[in-house]
Amino acid sequence: MSLAGGPPKALNTSQRLAVLLGFSGLFILLLATFGSSFPHTAAWLTASLGAIGLGIVWFSRAAYSGHGAGIKNDGVWFKSISGRGIWAWGLGILLTGFYIVLYFYPEYLGLVADGPNRGLISFFDPLSRALSGNPASQWFVYGTLYTLAILAFGIKFIWKYRHNRYEILRTLSVMFFQLAFAFIIPEIMARLNGDLPYYDLKNIWPLNYYNFERYRINGFINAGDIGLSMLLFGIASTLVITPVLTYFYGKRWYCSWVCGCGGLAETAGDSFRHLSDKSLFAWKVERWVVHSVLVFVVLMTTAVIYSYLGPDNSKYWLSRGQFLLGVASLLTAVFAWVMVFRRKELKKDARYGAIGYFVIIAGLLAFHLLSDSRHVFLFRSETLRTTYSFLIGSIFSGVIGTGFYPIFGSRVWCRFGCPMAAILGLQQRLFSRFRITTNGGQCISCGNCSAYCEMGIDVRAYAQKGENIVRASCVGCGICSAVCPRGVLKLENGPRKGRINPREVLLGNDVDLMNLLNEK
Amino acid sequence: MHILIIGNGISGITAARHIRKSSDHRITVISGETDYFFSRTALMYVYMGHLTFEQTQPYENGFWEKNRIELRNAWVESVDAGGKSVRLQGGETLEFDKLILATGSRPNKFGWPGQDLEGVQGLYSKQDLENLEVCAPDNRTCKRAVIVGGGLIGIELAEMLRTRDIPVTFLVREASFWDGVLPSGDSAMVNEHIREHHIDLRLDTNLKEIIPDDRGKARAVVTDKGETIPCNLVGLTAGVTPNIGFLEGSGIETDKGVLVNRFLETSRPDIYAIGDCAQQRDPIGRRRPVEAVWYTGRMMGEVVARTLCGDRREYCPSHWFNSAKFLDIEYQTYGWVSSDQNKIPGERHFHWRHPRQKVCITLAYEAGNRQFLGINTFGIRMKHEAFDTWLTESRTVDEVVHRLEDACFDPEFYRSHQPQIRAAFEKHQTVNA
Repeated sequence: MSLAGGPPKALNTSQRLAVLLGFSGLFILLLATFGSSFPHTAAWLTASLGAIGLGIVWFSRAAYSGHGAGIKNDGVWFKSISGRGIWAWGLGILLTGFYIVLYFYPEYLGLVADGPNRGLISFFDPLSRALSGNPASQWFVYGTLYTLAILAFGIKFIWKYRHNRYEILRTLSVMFFQLAFAFIIPEIMARLNGDLPYYDLKNIWPLNYYNFERYRINGFINAGDIGLSMLLFGIASTLVITPVLTYFYGKRWYCSWVCGCGGLAETAGDSFRHLSDKSLFAWKVERWVVHSVLVFVVLMTTAVIYSYLGPDNSKYWLSRGQFLLGVASLLTAVFAWVMVFRRKELKKDARYGAIGYFVIIAGLLAFHLLSDSRHVFLFRSETLRTTYSFLIGSIFSGVIGTGFYPIFGSRVWCRFGCPMAAILGLQQRLFSRFRITTNGGQCISCGNCSAYCEMGIDVRAYAQKGENIVRASCVGCGICSAVCPRGVLKLENGPRKGRINPREVLLGNDVDLMNLLNEK
Repeated sequence: MHILIIGNGISGITAARHIRKSSDHRITVISGETDYFFSRTALMYVYMGHLTFEQTQPYENGFWEKNRIELRNAWVESVDAGGKSVRLQGGETLEFDKLILATGSRPNKFGWPGQDLEGVQGLYSKQDLENLEVCAPDNRTCKRAVIVGGGLIGIELAEMLRTRDIPVTFLVREASFWDGVLPSGDSAMVNEHIREHHIDLRLDTNLKEIIPDDRGKARAVVTDKGETIPCNLVGLTAGVTPNIGFLEGSGIETDKGVLVNRFLETSRPDIYAIGDCAQQRDPIGRRRPVEAVWYTGRMMGEVVARTLCGDRREYCPSHWFNSAKFLDIEYQTYGWVSSDQNKIPGERHFHWRHPRQKVCITLAYEAGNRQFLGINTFGIRMKHEAFDTWLTESRTVDEVVHRLEDACFDPEFYRSHQPQIRAAFEKHQTVNA
């Protein structure tokens, strides 16, 4: 349907001034990038970051404070920035460009291979020195801007959903984890103990795919007890902490309360959540792609570790053979457990699971038979690692994942690419108490829940059948429940019995008919 | 067997889906309104920019072919009940073995002078939405809108127009918003909320006539208070009436709607009517004979599908429930809570309202045996299942108040209002003892 009209989509005066303030902050960064030198760098840096942050907060105030608490989606599809208009494409190209420069041409940001950095990177030196004592790197610049975005847009999000305590607490949580765990603590650890590898403790393998690489393992080991305990924490995060928390709360404890990628998607990406593709086709693609990434990262990590382990266990506790056997046994145990206890729930997905499992086991076997110290399965393990790092770590999570926020929505990486989300999703689908319950027969099929699901889940398809939503990809952001005009959806942890409840007839109709059709 | 369904709203589509689930009958659905089923209740969100029209369609376009449900975009002109065929506009006829009438409603017009002028419309169909985009795309084209009729659609239309900063005057016949349905406490809170949203609410005011400009477009309305209000759009939202004009002369017995028995069968064999357009010959419990509600349409669709698949069933809905959203306030109701003037003998109410927020509830109970009759909630989400069970078990109001927490469906971490409600209830009991 064509929209002949012009609904109000222009910014009010305060919002325009706020945008001007924010852009003036960005402009200072741009000048620094192109080599302008500033006297009193610290003051200019503060002014720049302050202007960006204040601009965003002021904008939010101008947008939301005059209106009563409630859902604020008026005109979302009419606005250029959130409706895939010219501004959205412009922003998308800008962000994509930024990521390409950051990952592949950091020299344009001022990186100098041998010598002090220049440009934008050196502009951030005062802040970096204040925290860690070291000059800034391009990653420090990125981390600072990233944290600023989560904090400022986090405030915007809280303003927008101020009637909803779940959203407020969740957002405070991602703001805290980003500021403390991703930004401040690693810098301070670097100041206290220069030997420690940079470690954002909430960044868990396999999202943190490089956590077990040789230089990091050596770094951990050489840093003594503290390093060793960090290494053990890293292993426990994946094998113990993650499954336990996911059992009790679903994957949301990580994806929308802790994770930095999720944090950015939920705050800076909130205006784009409705752009995710809800089609069945997209769901199919999602399952194949994200689980393939998972298989890839398991094989890649195993290969990388395998390549630096010795033939005996003198250096790293494990020999190559022991390590491979360990990985294979763990996978077999998990696979067997799933097949024995969850086969009925999985139906034909069990077959795909089995394929994934056998690909990995075959891969492991191939490692062992076809590998020497540097080659793994005919490839150099280093090639495998750099391929993953390039394709998944940079292109997928950065350039596509964030660069295309305004076009494909805010969770492209989380949905299609993140191997951590894939593991948590399997756990959530199979061994969790979390579900979204639907409220009897109250659904009116309006579609707000599906539209505002950033993960592209067709929530309505379940709600209109009175069926609980138990989906691997659900990150538990709670927005479907918030935007529901009839109070139909609720995120809950509860007993596993009756968690998956296919229905034919909804509550409110003839009791006999419900019993007849729902019990069969 | 060929089953023909006229109307692709929630009733007709639910019937089609359920027939397909348990049979291989040939199914054809005819609609002149749209190609595909969409959620009528979501039309407002398209105008407000929350959703695209495509997002109001609950099934992907390929769903219908995959499930062998044939769709025809056409208007039905007449039904030949004896010859078992329908005639489409343009002359084509379609034969059927069974016919389901699910043609929904159309907005009421009560013979107001000027009611058919350009710029005067209801809000029911997709065509209404398209008209609205022409008449009220923004506040330059539409400098003021007047809405006539204080019901659920009226307040939705007001909310819609306000999202485009169009000034709205809302004429409500009753002394308080929707007070033929809501008890006075609930209704009063909604009045306040309407005004909070800068809607010019005129209670106890009727439309007298709509005045055209020299090009035949609505220019102003005149109220029974003698006031002339200039406007560019007049929204007629004084309820709906079954959309059955095309059945005239078909021999199918009608009154306000198509008359049906409890099996949803019309007066002619093999013809059924469901949803808004059906009228029960004998009202079920306290339900109205014509129920123009999403949920009841869906339930009738579920039931008639069983019948057509060989398991002839009565329409026996469980306890009444409904919901709506008044601007920012969600409303749910379970069981029967009467308005002040419609209370049944012995019906008592307990009303609690939050001291600051727009949150309130009203519980209805029977004074003698204290049986719980129903609840209205505003700004609190409650569990359908809990109240359905309590109503079936004939719980007392005391038990319900005591266990209200078990029925709460608000999101996690929300503050519970239950302690205040219980305290207020106990006080209410001592005062009224």
